[in-house]
Amino acid sequence: MSKLLEISDLKIEARGGDGWNEIVKGVGLQVARGEVVGLIGESGAGKSTLGLAAMGYVKPGLRIAGGSIRFDGQELVGAPESMLRDLRGRRIAYVAQSSAAAFNPAWRLIDQHCEGPVRHGVMSRAEAQAEAVALYRQMRLPDPETIGFRYPHQVSGGQLQRAMTAMAMACRPDLIIFDEPTTALDVTTQIEVLSAIRDAVRDHGSAAIYITHDLAVVAQMADRVKVLLKGTEVEEAPTREMLANPQQDYTRSLWAVRDFRPSPRDPATSAEPILRIENVTAGYGALPVLRDVSFSVARGRTVAVVGESGSGKSTTARVIMGLLAPSQGRVLFEDQPLAAPGRQRPRDLQRRVQMIHQMADTALNPWHRVRDVIGRPLEFFLGLRGAAKEARIRELLAEIELEPSQFIDRLPGELSGGQKQRLCIARALAADPDFIICDEVTSALDQIVAEGILRLLDRLQREMGLSYLFITHDLATVRSIADEVVVMQQGRVVEQGPKDEMFTPPHHPYTELLLSSVPEMDPDWLSRLLEQRRAAVGKGDAA
Amino acid sequence: MTRLSPIPRLILRRLATGLLTLLIVSAIIFWAIELLPGDIATEILGQSATPETLAAFRERFGLNDPPMIRYLHWLGGALTGDLGLSMANQRPIADLLADRATNTFFLAGYAAVIAVPLAVVLGVAAALYRGSMLDRFISNATLTVISFPEYFVAYILILIFAVQLQWFPSLAAVSPGMGLGARLYATFLPALTMVLIVMAHMMRMTRAAIVNLLALPYVEMAHLKGVKRRRVIAVHALPNAVAPIATVIALNLAYLIVGVVLVEVVFVYPGLGQLLVDSVAKRDVTVVQGACLIFAATYILLNLAADIVGIVSNPRLLHPR
Repeated sequence: MSKLLEISDLKIEARGGDGWNEIVKGVGLQVARGEVVGLIGESGAGKSTLGLAAMGYVKPGLRIAGGSIRFDGQELVGAPESMLRDLRGRRIAYVAQSSAAAFNPAWRLIDQHCEGPVRHGVMSRAEAQAEAVALYRQMRLPDPETIGFRYPHQVSGGQLQRAMTAMAMACRPDLIIFDEPTTALDVTTQIEVLSAIRDAVRDHGSAAIYITHDLAVVAQMADRVKVLLKGTEVEEAPTREMLANPQQDYTRSLWAVRDFRPSPRDPATSAEPILRIENVTAGYGALPVLRDVSFSVARGRTVAVVGESGSGKSTTARVIMGLLAPSQGRVLFEDQPLAAPGRQRPRDLQRRVQMIHQMADTALNPWHRVRDVIGRPLEFFLGLRGAAKEARIRELLAEIELEPSQFIDRLPGELSGGQKQRLCIARALAADPDFIICDEVTSALDQIVAEGILRLLDRLQREMGLSYLFITHDLATVRSIADEVVVMQQGRVVEQGPKDEMFTPPHHPYTELLLSSVPEMDPDWLSRLLEQRRAAVGKGDAA
Repeated sequence: MTRLSPIPRLILRRLATGLLTLLIVSAIIFWAIELLPGDIATEILGQSATPETLAAFRERFGLNDPPMIRYLHWLGGALTGDLGLSMANQRPIADLLADRATNTFFLAGYAAVIAVPLAVVLGVAAALYRGSMLDRFISNATLTVISFPEYFVAYILILIFAVQLQWFPSLAAVSPGMGLGARLYATFLPALTMVLIVMAHMMRMTRAAIVNLLALPYVEMAHLKGVKRRRVIAVHALPNAVAPIATVIALNLAYLIVGVVLVEVVFVYPGLGQLLVDSVAKRDVTVVQGACLIFAATYILLNLAADIVGIVSNPRLLHPR
């Protein structure tokens, strides 16, 4: 039997400063009808490029330099645009990582859904619309009859991702490419999307390529897994086999990331809190986002604040930084109340509380060189100039493990994601702070890079006695770095305490929900979890 | 309290700021002219300036009142459509301006009706065939035209179409009783000059606004759904580029009205621009004030319209959660 998709020895090149560089280096991929193949690897491994190539598509600036892509017997490399256009959307569909960006903001969901089937002449608009409602229902979207008539911004992220999966299925394609469809979602939302995608793919008998950097996710979704590294294939095996017995060191190292533990604490220093938040209520306009939030951070320790998006984590950070004035309550730093807005604080106090943002990309001015990024706080807070400043910049670069002579004159655009985040850390360190808020600093990074950042933060904490408030929605990160955990839901603190207590039952129901939603490596985890939850709901109904 | 949905509320707020801006501009116009050196009465009366005629002139135009009173008087009149009398020929300014403004708006409208659709279509085409010969030709041709001063473009057009080919008149002579066809024919060359002047800017902005969007995920998504390239640009990119394009169109429409003094002079077209030039030469300050006020109002109104188009084209504002 011939395969549905057969990619062999595919080479894809990217235009660089000095000609064309190979980014996919002779990779093969086979997908049978109805089969789900997982592609995993770090960013830059070429997963998405390979996934898109299965549609005969490469992003602008890339070109297919060699090899063959056969879909259902047809060669796609060098095929005319009209033939590829006919396949795309109709027989091969794509689900993008960020559905918020991949839906056109100007059109209603259903208009975008129906565009494919109507343009390809598969269905009339009325049929496509009826189909859409059926698919929305199958994807377990709320109000399937009417949700399509909303605009993308009127629908939540998890719902949008399911609507996009529904859109991909509009023409009943033979193959669907899922490009990190749940990476941008909260763990609790991720479960709903994963289960909806899995059931829909099974019911329709579509084949799928599932691209992710999360092994635990791919374990739930894929029949077979292929591991990529820097554009080459590392290994490929049926999912269970790969999880039980990875052959290559690199694959094993992907597993190991989750085992990071912070350095041991000196119990003697644990005494006094450096920062206390007391009964803070704050919000935008009349609606409070934070309600009566209280917790404290001990000197030299890490407090992790966890919760879904919208739970008030980042607003808490804004209140501490003085970007948002609380309507009630106060924030104390070493028992001194912190003024709000923050610019009214004495400069020395501003210096001692620093923040690192989630998106290092947007937190750096693209026209400031590394030297300027770090030099600015050195000048502003510490009054360093000239040679003293230069020396300190180099020291800080060495501190964040970037070779000073190599990096000092670079622009942010010339750094990788992990290097940018390191630069942001150096910028915070330049102020010589005592307390740093880390707002989802590893969320945009893949696991290996993220682990490097966590190790760096841990070492800096040990060496400089820093205190961290670590905001994250990733419980694996919490497990590895936190001393204390604060769980937030809808602007309230629902549970707080030392990490070990938080991760041992009994839990607050919300903490339980969060913890149980973190995907595990076990391929049966999702099915088992869904069954348990269904049983629990059933019991609840009976009682 | 009545609750307005966000759109009307935003539009009302913009209208209010527009009116406030106009008020500030009116004050600036008035005081700027007030600051002109020399005595207006003496300048205008020239050789016939005897103490008696001067006193009578000042009396007639209220020049003896303090400036604040005169400003409020002028503003009050302007609000009711009465801009006072021309100092040079004692005719009511409103009548004088009405004719000229009609001519200017006619010419601007004529040019706009040609230039705006053409610029948008060419901009879309240039974005669609980005990097092709067509794209380069459109960009270079329009750029070449705006690189010349507008009177130069006007003279070249006269040379070719009026002198050599003798297709169109070189003087855009219009009279109140003229039919539309004759008027369009008479004003074709000035209109064409203005089309060439404003096209490049609008066309390049349309192209840039669309090209900006082409790298976005939803445009890629449309390609991956198998949508034709032409449709991707027209249906997926263009609606999201409306706001920046509208802003540029408004700026250029405003330029068609307030910036075409030279074109009017070259073609001896009886529009506002020429009136303004004449009045400045004659020191007819009341007419200058009136004309400036019309220019300012046009500018503000057009920008306001662009703002409103921007608001209405934003689905986040049009369809709140």
